Amino acid sequence: MDMRLSECSVAELGRLLRERELSAAELTEYYLERIERLDPAVRAYISVLADDARSRARGADATLSEGAGGPLTGVPAALKDNICLAGAVTTCASRTLADFRPPYSATAAEKLLRAGAVVLGKLNMDEFAMGSSTEYSAFFPTHNPWDLARVPGGSSGGAAAAVAVGMAPYAIGSDTGGSIRQPASFCGVVGMKPTYGAVSRYGLVAFASSLDQIGPLTRTVADNALVLAAIAGHDPKDSTSAPNEPGDYSAGLAEGARGLKIGLPKEFFRAGLASGVEKAVRDSARRLESLGAEIGECSLPHMDYAIAAYYLIAPAECSSNLARYDGVRYGLRAPAADMIDMFQASRSAGFGPEVKRRVMLGTYALSAGYYDAYYLQAQKLRTLIRQDYERVFAAYDVILSPTAPTAAYRFGEMSDPLSMYMGDIYTIPVNLAGLPAISLPVGLTDGMPVGVQFIGRHFEEALLYRAAFALEQSVAFTARPALTEVD
Amino acid sequence: MSISAAEVERVAFLARLHLTAAEKEDYARQLGAVLSYADRLRELDLSAVEPTAHATPLFNVLREDAPGESMERELALANAPERADGFFAVPRIV
Amino acid sequence: MAYGDRYEMVCGIETHAEMATKTKIFCACSTEFGAAENTHVCPVCLGLPGTLPVLNREAVNLAIKAGLALNCEIASTSKFDRKNYYYPDLPKNYQTSQYDLPIAKNGWLEITTDAGGKRVGITRAHMEEDAGKLVHSGETITTSSAGSSVDYNRAGVPLLEIVSEPDLRSPEEALAYLTSLVRILDYAGVSDCKLEQGSVRFDVNLSLRPKGRAELGTRTEMKNLNSLSAVRRCLEYEAERQAGVLDGGGQIIQETRTWDEGREMTLSLRSKEEAHDYRYFPEPDLMPLRISPAWVESMRRALPELPEARRERLIGLGLSAYDAGVIIADKDLALYFDEALKTCPDVKTLANWLTSELYGLLNARGESLAACQIRPAALAALVNLIKQGAISGKMGKTVLEMMADTGRDPEDIVRAEKMTQISDAAELSALVDEVLANNPKSADDYRGGKEQALGFLVGQVMRLTRGQANPALVNRILKEKL
Repeated sequence: MDMRLSECSVAELGRLLRERELSAAELTEYYLERIERLDPAVRAYISVLADDARSRARGADATLSEGAGGPLTGVPAALKDNICLAGAVTTCASRTLADFRPPYSATAAEKLLRAGAVVLGKLNMDEFAMGSSTEYSAFFPTHNPWDLARVPGGSSGGAAAAVAVGMAPYAIGSDTGGSIRQPASFCGVVGMKPTYGAVSRYGLVAFASSLDQIGPLTRTVADNALVLAAIAGHDPKDSTSAPNEPGDYSAGLAEGARGLKIGLPKEFFRAGLASGVEKAVRDSARRLESLGAEIGECSLPHMDYAIAAYYLIAPAECSSNLARYDGVRYGLRAPAADMIDMFQASRSAGFGPEVKRRVMLGTYALSAGYYDAYYLQAQKLRTLIRQDYERVFAAYDVILSPTAPTAAYRFGEMSDPLSMYMGDIYTIPVNLAGLPAISLPVGLTDGMPVGVQFIGRHFEEALLYRAAFALEQSVAFTARPALTEVD
Repeated sequence: MSISAAEVERVAFLARLHLTAAEKEDYARQLGAVLSYADRLRELDLSAVEPTAHATPLFNVLREDAPGESMERELALANAPERADGFFAVPRIV
Repeated sequence: MAYGDRYEMVCGIETHAEMATKTKIFCACSTEFGAAENTHVCPVCLGLPGTLPVLNREAVNLAIKAGLALNCEIASTSKFDRKNYYYPDLPKNYQTSQYDLPIAKNGWLEITTDAGGKRVGITRAHMEEDAGKLVHSGETITTSSAGSSVDYNRAGVPLLEIVSEPDLRSPEEALAYLTSLVRILDYAGVSDCKLEQGSVRFDVNLSLRPKGRAELGTRTEMKNLNSLSAVRRCLEYEAERQAGVLDGGGQIIQETRTWDEGREMTLSLRSKEEAHDYRYFPEPDLMPLRISPAWVESMRRALPELPEARRERLIGLGLSAYDAGVIIADKDLALYFDEALKTCPDVKTLANWLTSELYGLLNARGESLAACQIRPAALAALVNLIKQGAISGKMGKTVLEMMADTGRDPEDIVRAEKMTQISDAAELSALVDEVLANNPKSADDYRGGKEQALGFLVGQVMRLTRGQANPALVNRILKEKL
């Protein structure tokens, strides 16, 4: 068997399977073997569903041998562990859900299974998706395959690491303030945070309901468009799901950057932005210009307030969303004399420090006397941020920006919460406005990958893929983590 | 800025969290830091600005009143830490 | 009432009525009452991680209808909010409710008591989800030393909370308000108002103030009363209790108390629970409602005739205020009456036969109108037979009994039992002659001024005809011949 299968794109694997040059069973064993070999060092997976994967692979082979099946049939995939898969333990990397088996699957997972995906397992993350380094997993941290002493980013750190090192052809993550894009940037993969409402949130364990969105992490832009098409679309089970059906994300890929109006927000090139990252963004702008795009400077005046608004809104929603983990219907229950003690003991034992911190912050922001000063003010600011983007998009097709201020940092480097929060400065405003944004790798700085981000108008993912594809082809980022070369 | 121990206690109870002495100190400081950072929002006069609760504008998302499948009781209770016959069991209330 | 001569009661009531939808407010589980515990539940109403609510259109329609029936303004924009508090019967530990943009506000309804007619203000009406049911091993929540059990069948059942202004000044007014409110919701089809099934619950708040004083006293709140009589007894007890405290120079503590049905008293329920701070914020999982005038109008058109309009109409048809009141008091009775009215021109007699004869019969048999075999058209036919003189009223009662037993039409019964009345003057006159011939003495007695002799003679004619002679006609003929 071709030992470079881990280098094949999702599209190529699909073709090999449909042409029966490869069976889904073989491909699944190949990935299970890689996981067994590489994951002890990386620790991207919380659970590996080997038996389940093997039986799905057999099902896929049956379909394929009848000449049926689509581009994803028989291709392995992995899910962030906050995406419910019926019957499989879904932990959110939290002690409180360590044994929770949802009797239902997330709509996005459902769609993948119907498309013939073979789910290899569930991926590590910061507990309840709260964090930017996967250090806040209640079980173990995930390591960056480019440098095991560094974090993979977060909260979808397991997803980014697994795709980067070829322990899954693609992964599904979630992004509330940058949780797909920042780890994609740290691990050198492509991560898309779609428009709010483009992918159903049903079965995604909620962190901040008005900001959460599911999206794909892949090694190529084309793969990303392919996977997003499979999971996007209206879902009557999610009231916030967009009624419009998704367009064809792949069709316009090859149209190139010519004629695209691309804005660079001046507020994004300030103190705190690492020189290596700034260089990567400026180089990308130059490349795009040489490809025929029009580059111009634009302004998003309220960006300095975005983090403040986000760290009031997201914790407020999280404090309410996580109230249900009380040890009554499911989850960890600590022994206690009476009801209130049981609630307090179970929640205190079930949640880690960052989750408690945000629950406290959100509870405070909503509590009597502070609502107007904090939560309401933050929601008003959200309006101004939306309007900032609307103004820019009246003149530009897409925005080009850094994904994160730095490349992946070392474990323990971000001990102070506020400085960790500052790392989301380029990704958070996008979630507040519900816009789509994609991060793709464009180079290395000190041996670590750097990503840049394209931000687009609501439901214009296709345009983002077109811009990202053009840049990807021009950059030809072929570097791989040393670990990958094991086979 | 740091918020008072009493405030931390009050909020912890509202959130049904038991905090160790060390946690109380940390949160008093860390919450204080985030909140004083958030005070920059007060610099702006937003009196004329409408709040945004949803990123994308949709209205009247409704379902028809048509009965669907409920769960098997066994499945409903499958994840229950403690059960009593067909019920979820909890400690005494007060 | 002891307190009444020194203090004035100020009372407001929050009514929680289960709306008559087939499914829960945010999921497709059945709302049917009485299912085995935890069988009407799904991942959504159990609040399992990752599940999301989707609003039931019918719940909104019913809420709009209720708002209109209670003379409220219907909001053009309305939304849901989360009310955050921890309680084991609340699957998500927040209740999805409506805070600052309720679907209806600023309404009123009319009540009548011995004190006269009065308008009671409706502050607001809003939609929310019900919680599950806690089953306590002990007598009450406070004496339940061992654990409790939770059944979530009711979690997510749509409720309409109707908040009155503090306009109620006596237990009588409170009762009149609730009776009228429940009747309106029932007629409007918003709720079937089965109080015995707990489908309507009341939170009452009460304060006293010295007579003539304007400013309000400190109030207490009594939650989860589930019958009108409980509300009355609770208000009477609590008013006396507060009066006692005030008389003794004490202070009323603003608190939530519980009504102990068994001990007929309110008890302070002070506990850690008391530190409430609901932290309301807009429900991010539900989109706002925009209610167009067209939507409101279509609901207005769909509203059935409401109790007061019905009362006016019946009085207009010639019924006494009393009879009209008796009929509209019960929706089933009122609908039955209207149905019968279609084929019976005599409104008064019909009302009389329905409210006294038929109801008397049903009460005697402990049957309900719904279960009764006599359909409205049949009762109408019976009344018509009596009015035409085909049978006497006395016969009518016998026929009614038979109708109730067999469900047969009155015409069949009358025919089969040969119950027709003899109203042929010639035939009766011959019989009268015969009776006078056989009873000369009674005839003389009557002529001599003994009125009661006539009764005897009439009785003789009736005997000859086995009761089928038309008594009025026999009377007339006798008088002529004497």
